[in-house]
Amino acid sequence: MLHVNNLTAAIGGKQILNGLNLDVSAGEVHAIMGPNGSGKSTFAHTLAGRDGYDITGEVTLDGADLLDMEPEARAAAGVFMGFQYPVEIPGVNNMYFLRTALNSVRRARGETEVGARDFLEVSKKAMDLVEMKEDFLYRSVNAGFSGGEKKRNEILQMAIMEPRLAILDETDSGLDIDALRIIAGGVNALRSPERSMIVITHYQRLLDYIKPDFVHVLVDGRIVKSGDHTLALHLEANGYADFENGLGDASAQSLAGAQS
Amino acid sequence: MSESTRTIEELTSADYEYGFSTDLDTDIAPPGLDESVVRLISSKKDEPEWLLEWRLKAYAAWRKMEEPDWAKLNISPIDYESISYWAAPKQKPVLDSMDDVDPDIREMFDKLGIPLHEQKMLSNVAVDAIVDSVSVTTTFKATLLEAGVIFCSFSEAVKDYPDLVREHLGSVVPVRDNFFAALNSAVFSDGSFCYIPKGVRCPMELSTYFRINAMNTGQFERTLIVAEDDSHVSYLEGCTAPQRDENQLHAAVVELVAKDRAEIKYSTVQNWYPGDENGVGGIYNFVTKRGRAHTDAKISWTQVETGSAITWKYPSVILQGDRSIGEFYSVALSCKRQQADTGTKMIHIGKDTTSTIISKGISAAHGQNTYRGLVKVLRSAENARNYTQCDSLLLSKECGAHTIPYIEVKNPTAQVEHEASTSTVGEDQLYYCRQRGMTEEDAMSMIVNGFCREVFNELPMEFAVEAQRLLSISLEGSVG
Repeated sequence: MLHVNNLTAAIGGKQILNGLNLDVSAGEVHAIMGPNGSGKSTFAHTLAGRDGYDITGEVTLDGADLLDMEPEARAAAGVFMGFQYPVEIPGVNNMYFLRTALNSVRRARGETEVGARDFLEVSKKAMDLVEMKEDFLYRSVNAGFSGGEKKRNEILQMAIMEPRLAILDETDSGLDIDALRIIAGGVNALRSPERSMIVITHYQRLLDYIKPDFVHVLVDGRIVKSGDHTLALHLEANGYADFENGLGDASAQSLAGAQS
Repeated sequence: MSESTRTIEELTSADYEYGFSTDLDTDIAPPGLDESVVRLISSKKDEPEWLLEWRLKAYAAWRKMEEPDWAKLNISPIDYESISYWAAPKQKPVLDSMDDVDPDIREMFDKLGIPLHEQKMLSNVAVDAIVDSVSVTTTFKATLLEAGVIFCSFSEAVKDYPDLVREHLGSVVPVRDNFFAALNSAVFSDGSFCYIPKGVRCPMELSTYFRINAMNTGQFERTLIVAEDDSHVSYLEGCTAPQRDENQLHAAVVELVAKDRAEIKYSTVQNWYPGDENGVGGIYNFVTKRGRAHTDAKISWTQVETGSAITWKYPSVILQGDRSIGEFYSVALSCKRQQADTGTKMIHIGKDTTSTIISKGISAAHGQNTYRGLVKVLRSAENARNYTQCDSLLLSKECGAHTIPYIEVKNPTAQVEHEASTSTVGEDQLYYCRQRGMTEEDAMSMIVNGFCREVFNELPMEFAVEAQRLLSISLEGSVG
């Protein structure tokens, strides 16, 4: 479904991604792990369409060229990104924001828009998933939310947007164990044979709750090793040092290439 | 420059929607101002002697006054001799019903989205329609009279309720108050008059729609609202003007009198032609608005200012009675080369008086936006309270936002709070919204509307929707 071939990205002359290859099939959950500065978030943003990167390579979603699309077109194509730092929008209530978002992608896809009443139904179901109370809908988008609430709000949005491809950028950062459990519960409930996910994280901890089909190690803007969920356990025990000094390079490239 | 910044500029250079002009047969005075012009206006309107004298006194005062230069506005000199001080669409002299309204005028208002046919109107809003210098019609007059509410053009009020007008005219804004108020007092043409008797809650929203149509004319309207003890009224005004290359002068005076326990809520959506992106044309809007609140009375100003090349406007409240309340909620948008110097004055005289000021300034393109406000607590005002919040939003690198609060406190029991913030629409915010599927234009409009939320919440329902739409249109451009 998602095909990434030899992707490079630079910002302000600084090279961050150095020929990244990845294939994700429908229904799969891929975890991407890596040390600070390895390019994990940059990878997420190049998929979502953030402005300001110089990009080469190829990224397609169901055969369509993703790199050629504006962020909103990618959203309409089914790309959703859960932000590491969700943005505050004072004065705009959460429900209005969510409904505008949903109807924007529906309109772009030529589907009918969802009315206020129907939307309330949809959102209530989604809110149960992340254990949110109704007053949440009437507060300004992320403004004054705690770290945990912001992350839960991201998962709520994902539940409402029903994306084809969800990219979760360090959704576990800054969460206590209860919030982590709730969020992981939400994510697991949203797993489906049609939906693929890329879960970006520093820590194995999240992967105890969201069990990935594949784990990739990203170092210096390249995937240097891929494996199943046991790779995450290995990283937890030994850190990234093995990969950072280049030992993992050769085998990693072949593994990543074989992965599809 | 990043793509987002560029797009914001495109977004803020939208065209003016109401720029058309209507070919009306207009009775217009030759340009220039002297005593004979003041006499001409008064005689055209068949005014009583006392009013002519009042005008002449104002004219004499104005002649001796200097144009104020303290505002943060860069204005090319106004030639008061090149302006025509009287313009009126020629039409049937008496209007008994809506059917008598000149079809061209009716069509003009239809085009502006203000149908004057009562059956087509927004239910529960009475409209006084003013073109150039005169009121062309007032709707729902009879319905209002049943409740005892007088709502008519100022000229009619002078004829039909001379005592009420004479008692209150100039009682809040004296003729010598300032240069533009004096000018208005000398040459004012028409406006609206509202009178709410004791204990009456006005059964519908009252609204005046101002339209400048003729060229090279000034519009000088005068509005007077008197709310007797224990009464309540909500009043709305809207303004548009055709797109022309010359600057046109608009100098209005609005006076509000809220007697004991009365409440007046006054809302404005001002969308005069702002001029083009090079600063050519546009309305010069110099307005004096002030209310006097008696014991336990409340006066609330809400304004959404998106138009005009120049806005100079400080709707104020004299908190004279004990426990009286003054409020000012403002959104001012300066796009293109627009300049706004606007704010309020809250004068605390009575005991336990309270005032609230919420000001939201938005600057885009080359717009300059200044909040200027005065909170004055006199010695007599025991336990006065004020809360002021001034937020500025900057949407381009070339625009400017300035906050100039004056606070004068003469009573040590006063509590005065001032908060101010300046922010931009972040690329992060736009990206976040776009990642959720919204176009950049929709995202921008949502974020800016969110910024204005506290003020929009104060507007009556229909106006809140209109204000949001107006803000989106003013910001909209050639994206996509």
